[in-house]
Amino acid sequence: MSSSYPIQIDATVHDPALQKAVYTATGRLMDMRRNAVALVPQFEELRNHANAVKRHTIGHLDHYLELVERNVEAHGGEVVFAQDSTEVADFILTLAKQKGAKLFVKSKSMTTEEIHLNSRLEAHQLEAVETDLGEYILQLADERPYHIIAPALHYTRHDVARIFEKKLGRTETEPSDQAMIARAVLRQKFLDADIGITGANFVIADSGAVVVVENEGNARLTHSAPKIHIAIAGIEKIIPRAQDLAVFLALLGRSATGQAMSVYTSFVSGPRRTGEVDGPDEFYLILLDNGRTKVLADEAKRQSLYCIRCGACLNHCPVYRKIGGHNYPWIYSGPIGAILTPQFHGIDHDPWLPFASSLCGACAEVCPVKIDIPRVLLELRRDVIESKTAAGANKLERMVFRMWAWAMKRPHMYERLGKMAAIGAPRGDAKTGWIKDLPGFLAPGPVAGWLQERDLPRPAAHSFRELWRERQKKKGPAT
Amino acid sequence: MPRRVSLFVTCIVDQLFPPVGLAIADVLERKGCEVEFLEAQTCCAQPAFNSGYRDEAREVARHFIETFRDAEYVIAASGSCCTMVSHHYEDLFAGDAHMLKEAHRLSARTFEFSAFLTDILNVDDFGARYDGVVTYHDSCHALRELGIKNGPRRLLSKVRGLTLKEMPAAEECCGFGGTFSVKFASVSGAMARTKIDSIESTGAGAVVSIDSSCLMQLRGALLRAGSEIKTLHLAEVLASR
Amino acid sequence: MNSASRDAILGRVREALHRKAGDVIEDAPPVRLDVPELGVPARIAGFRERFEALNGKVHVVSSRDGARQAITEILNGRAAVASNARFLEECGIGWLSSVRTGLTDREELKAACAEAPVGITSAQYAIASTGTLAMLSSAEEPRLVSLLPPAHIAVIPASRILVNLDELFEKLPLPADVTSALVFISGPSRTADIEQILVRGVHGPGEIHVVIVEGC
Repeated sequence: MSSSYPIQIDATVHDPALQKAVYTATGRLMDMRRNAVALVPQFEELRNHANAVKRHTIGHLDHYLELVERNVEAHGGEVVFAQDSTEVADFILTLAKQKGAKLFVKSKSMTTEEIHLNSRLEAHQLEAVETDLGEYILQLADERPYHIIAPALHYTRHDVARIFEKKLGRTETEPSDQAMIARAVLRQKFLDADIGITGANFVIADSGAVVVVENEGNARLTHSAPKIHIAIAGIEKIIPRAQDLAVFLALLGRSATGQAMSVYTSFVSGPRRTGEVDGPDEFYLILLDNGRTKVLADEAKRQSLYCIRCGACLNHCPVYRKIGGHNYPWIYSGPIGAILTPQFHGIDHDPWLPFASSLCGACAEVCPVKIDIPRVLLELRRDVIESKTAAGANKLERMVFRMWAWAMKRPHMYERLGKMAAIGAPRGDAKTGWIKDLPGFLAPGPVAGWLQERDLPRPAAHSFRELWRERQKKKGPAT
Repeated sequence: MPRRVSLFVTCIVDQLFPPVGLAIADVLERKGCEVEFLEAQTCCAQPAFNSGYRDEAREVARHFIETFRDAEYVIAASGSCCTMVSHHYEDLFAGDAHMLKEAHRLSARTFEFSAFLTDILNVDDFGARYDGVVTYHDSCHALRELGIKNGPRRLLSKVRGLTLKEMPAAEECCGFGGTFSVKFASVSGAMARTKIDSIESTGAGAVVSIDSSCLMQLRGALLRAGSEIKTLHLAEVLASR
Repeated sequence: MNSASRDAILGRVREALHRKAGDVIEDAPPVRLDVPELGVPARIAGFRERFEALNGKVHVVSSRDGARQAITEILNGRAAVASNARFLEECGIGWLSSVRTGLTDREELKAACAEAPVGITSAQYAIASTGTLAMLSSAEEPRLVSLLPPAHIAVIPASRILVNLDELFEKLPLPADVTSALVFISGPSRTADIEQILVRGVHGPGEIHVVIVEGC
């Protein structure tokens, strides 16, 4: 297991163009959320309600999974339970073979990113086309999403122009032109596609329906034009009733992009019915585990599954805003990624991740379903340390904390150590008194880390307790 | 009516910024509080807790609880250390009914300094004078866990000669975050520089906060950037005449 | 594969939650719907304000004939495909020579919508507080008419304007009982995926009109 963080983080932090792009884009999303939320006086109530609904649903997930299954079937659809990416791929490949399907259109779905669906389909000579503009650009560039809702947030129009030139032979640099180029290419794909694959923002238990939220219309085309619609959703996406959407949609759009409603919200329950002119003939809902039941098993961290993927925690996270999306080890980035990744992949995989936070709490403050992300991070930190201790991998750090605890329980020892530091610490700068630099042998890891970015205060010549004693002496005996 | 208050100066103030502790004592005494300092206090245990070392944190937290067992009011010189006691001790002692009760008892008596002034003493004018323009940095834990937002600003508004100029990103983290500041030094440093840009945009001569750890981060980064902007704990402003 | 996976997943869920098959279910938190009182004129005004803020166009007319005239003006010579909605029929859409309607074959409809510059539909409801159309897919109202053409015109009686989304879910507690697809449309198709610059009409219609017919 590796404790050190990806060195690429330092490069990102020192890339002025990228810093500006990410900081500006996330800042704009923050402003849009703030303005939209300000118009809803009961927003806090809605968040509390959504949290309660999610807690209830996740707490009775077995019941709701069975309810979804029953109601999807009642409307002529089929539910497929998949434990992992292989089972999803196997199902889709078998179906494609059976139907003679060659071309898939896909709308944006983090869940399908999770299981690398496109590359699995392509490995079998099937074409899967991402149709959300940002996702389409990323597919051409062979990159993963930079942000949960704004996947190509790190690209400028010139980056897009370079990608389009290489892949499509087009050199336009105006975003409006670029969007229309994508429209023309993708429109034909929609008309020709055999199967449409969408994700699901919500799965509605009492209706056996999936809800897909978007702005472009590509998701509508994906589930309306081809003859087969496959929706893929994590098992945690369920909410009990269609009526719950009034609250969840009010929260999602505002939290994500400051929209009271996204442009298109589709509530799809099964294939087209008798008499309908268009719409798919077949509807499949794949309910994916892929590690979710593991997360469910931990009572304190279970709330990680409440997430509705609005991306607000990313926009408000000062760490995400510095390190961007691609330094996170998995497709889920930002605070939510920092808590989902270790729980899905195992704590030993990226043990640095739960520590990459100042615990400022901005994420929890804006989370529409009130996931206490800092608290989950603290739990994960404990898990990392327990795991490392069991493996004997943190002997030095553990010893330091043991010694620290030993001294902190002994005020005299604590004071004596403080005094030694005050006497022994190197001199500070003549003008400010703070230490600007130290030779390596005087600067153990943490001190060097501090000095890399900042001046360091010298311990005070006289601690507060010493000054307090003086002060009390001067005041005379207590009255 | 004089109140007996017990200073929880925090290890950072004790070892690095002792004038802050004295200023707090002065301000409290000015309003008739009887101020005590229990010498058995060391640290609240947050460094170990935030680093994942729960056992070590628990030992130190137990020492803290024992130290302040009989205090009437515990006044913390830091919002962050205050939340360790008031919000996180219960996580540490979840499996120990007796200690959990003690933790809750202590939590109810523990106040961040400015919140004690505005919410318990109900006083906002301390006859202070500070000539200059300052800006206020919302420390994350004080803001988001304790809900402290307007209190410190109200206190500053009563200081003669002082002009408070809000910065655009007042609620954005300074990048300290305890060991985060050294484990992820480059990120922490970049966060501090963003914060400093925000501070500088106000033209203020000083940045005020209720957390000495944020101020250590900001001062360290300001000095590194060659800036003349000062850092002040709110207590230092309120104590000045 | 499926039944084994199903049982494995449900088994793991129950184990994680310490539940057994058939265990009692606590009631879900009560549904939260909040529908303020609002008269029809205020609904029309609210819808207009929101929908136009989203860059849609609203035309209020006082009769079905007025609706037909409004459509003629909006079309301004463009050809159109219309859905089979009864309300459109009542407005006499079929009399307009440039409008093709009555399509019931999937491939024919798809081809017509892919070519047509404008699609004309009605809508089951409109929602004032968010500037939203609620389209229920049916034999009368196919999906692609409001989706494939670059412009969309929806014609609705004023009485179908609801206050907010909550009222819609009050009226339609189980949308799946009446349709296989309920689609909410709030303004023209848009993207901001490149440098957060707003571009309209990326996949769906970039131009959208709502004709509200008062008194019906």
